[in-house]
Amino acid sequence: MFDVDVWQEIFSTIKKNKLRTFLTGFSVAWGIFMLMVLLGSGNGLQNGVKEQFAENSVNIMWMWTGDTSIPYQGMKEGRTIKFNNADYSFLKEKNEDLELVSSRYYLPGNIMYTYKNEYGSFETSSCHPALKEMEKINLTAGRFINDLDLNDFRKVIVIGENIRKALFKEEDPIGKYVKLNNVPFKVVGVAMNKTRNNERTAYVPITTAQRIFNGADRVHTFAITTKMVKTVEEADSITAKVRQGMALRHKFDPKDKRAMGSFNMLAEYIRTMKIFQAIKIFVWIIGIGTLIAGIVGVSNIMLILVKERTREIGIRKALGASPASVIGLVLLESILITTVAGYIGLLVGVGIMEGINYGLEQILASGGGEGLFFRNPTVDFTTAITSMLILVISGALAGYLPARKAANVKPIEALRDEN
Amino acid sequence: MIQISNLHKSYVMGSNSLHVLKGLDLDIEEGEFVSIMGSSGSGKSTLLNILGILDDYDQGTYHLGGKLIQGLNETKAAMTRNEMIGFIFQSFNLISFKNAMENVALPLYYQKVSRKKRNQIALEYLDRLGLKEWAHHLPSELSGGQKQRVAIARALISKPQIILADEPTGALDSTTSFEVMDILKEINDQGKTVIIVTHEHDIAAMTKKIIRLRDGVIEEVIKNGDLQLFKERVRTE
Repeated sequence: MFDVDVWQEIFSTIKKNKLRTFLTGFSVAWGIFMLMVLLGSGNGLQNGVKEQFAENSVNIMWMWTGDTSIPYQGMKEGRTIKFNNADYSFLKEKNEDLELVSSRYYLPGNIMYTYKNEYGSFETSSCHPALKEMEKINLTAGRFINDLDLNDFRKVIVIGENIRKALFKEEDPIGKYVKLNNVPFKVVGVAMNKTRNNERTAYVPITTAQRIFNGADRVHTFAITTKMVKTVEEADSITAKVRQGMALRHKFDPKDKRAMGSFNMLAEYIRTMKIFQAIKIFVWIIGIGTLIAGIVGVSNIMLILVKERTREIGIRKALGASPASVIGLVLLESILITTVAGYIGLLVGVGIMEGINYGLEQILASGGGEGLFFRNPTVDFTTAITSMLILVISGALAGYLPARKAANVKPIEALRDEN
Repeated sequence: MIQISNLHKSYVMGSNSLHVLKGLDLDIEEGEFVSIMGSSGSGKSTLLNILGILDDYDQGTYHLGGKLIQGLNETKAAMTRNEMIGFIFQSFNLISFKNAMENVALPLYYQKVSRKKRNQIALEYLDRLGLKEWAHHLPSELSGGQKQRVAIARALISKPQIILADEPTGALDSTTSFEVMDILKEINDQGKTVIIVTHEHDIAAMTKKIIRLRDGVIEEVIKNGDLQLFKERVRTE
């Protein structure tokens, strides 16, 4: 079937009907082009949003306290709920759904940072060592807060890149002492988060912060990471379980969102990704719809072609062409048109998306693109291969009816002289 | 070469059935040069289609070269046509986008002969018919007589046992008609069975045996010796 003659014959018919072949092919190319552009855009949007989530671990969950708003067990609303160090131990030891835990004590008032003649006011985050992994904090120098720092109430600090620039200029900050409201802290590391502008934050051990800034065992917020689960329901049930535990400890209604607020990122993440799955399905439906329109066009043209070539097919049959060889001729032509046209559409579509990607990369590399919800809008290899397969199959489908019609041509009728 | 006995064929058109061949018996020996004549509706085209395995028959038997031709599927029928029968048509039926050589080579393509070899054989056949210089011309660049000669070359290339010609001179002027008939006669002289369907008496008179059909049966068979008589009768008609 794959010899020169078959191709020669296909090309000679294509050459005879250049415009018609072009228009037919165009509809298929357009279909696959749209599919690629839509899929690429969908991917771009999804990657952009994923990037936003990537600021933290996707399975991070925050908890904070407030005043109760629902009366509970005979107690009036309006009670202030406060976390403490015992809650940390409870979360860490009694919950198998949780992985990492870090508590935070808010330093009172406005903390003034001083080093030699430089000074400034920055955000101070007291934490456990686990926060590094949870908030994806990168270090450009030194180390992060560790367990020893917490146990020994060490006055150590990890400063953000901007704080380093503001206070130390060209100096190496590691081992130097920076004063927080006149309390000297030894700089042990410099932090940097690539996806977020948090370089103005400094990190200190929570135990030290509580002791120096009169915190006793008070904890304001918790950051925890939950077990990675697949469904929103599972994530929500983990949230409910944690709330239940805390409600029991602090005697408030678990439904009371004012007494204790919580935000489970994982549930949001799963929800968002579900939306993208739906978008993807939608895009495939649209793309395949467009493609079907193209295929119907090809099928239509092939039918006309078979009708026009009835006599020729009749001659071939009289001279000994088997039905199989006639079917092969029509099918191959149909597959050829759809695959070549589709491949061109695929290339152009992927090319445009790669071009947009290149532009985006340039913007990002030059430091722009802040809050960009569009990243890497490209189609992966598997999708491209899948599309190619769909094309070949659709070419065969498009050719099937016309080919059958051609195979059914009766030589006597085709060769009758009165036509 | 051809043995037909009690051949019946009818066409169904809606609720009507048209009985075209009504128990036809026919024997054609190897090397004969036969013409089939008859007015339209006599069944001569139907007979030719059945002889050429382009159509099936309802009843009776048809042996071609000792082989019973009956109920063949399309693939087998195509193979048998390709190997045993050479067709010549009134309107030549050359493929318009193929040049003369490629047209002649087509039957060999379906015998899976390699491209180079079949084109070379096609050139030989074109040469025998005096068309070598026209080998690379498209049918549209050839005259009617040349086209029919190309068609004859195509019919001969697969070395068939019989040549079936349907009104081979119908589209040609009388000079070219006689040329074509001379070629067919030459082919017959080389031992091939040639059967032509025609309604032209002078063309039929150039064959060695005339079979006249009327209403689906053979009305009369005029053989060699009687041809002179037939010719005279034609002249007076």
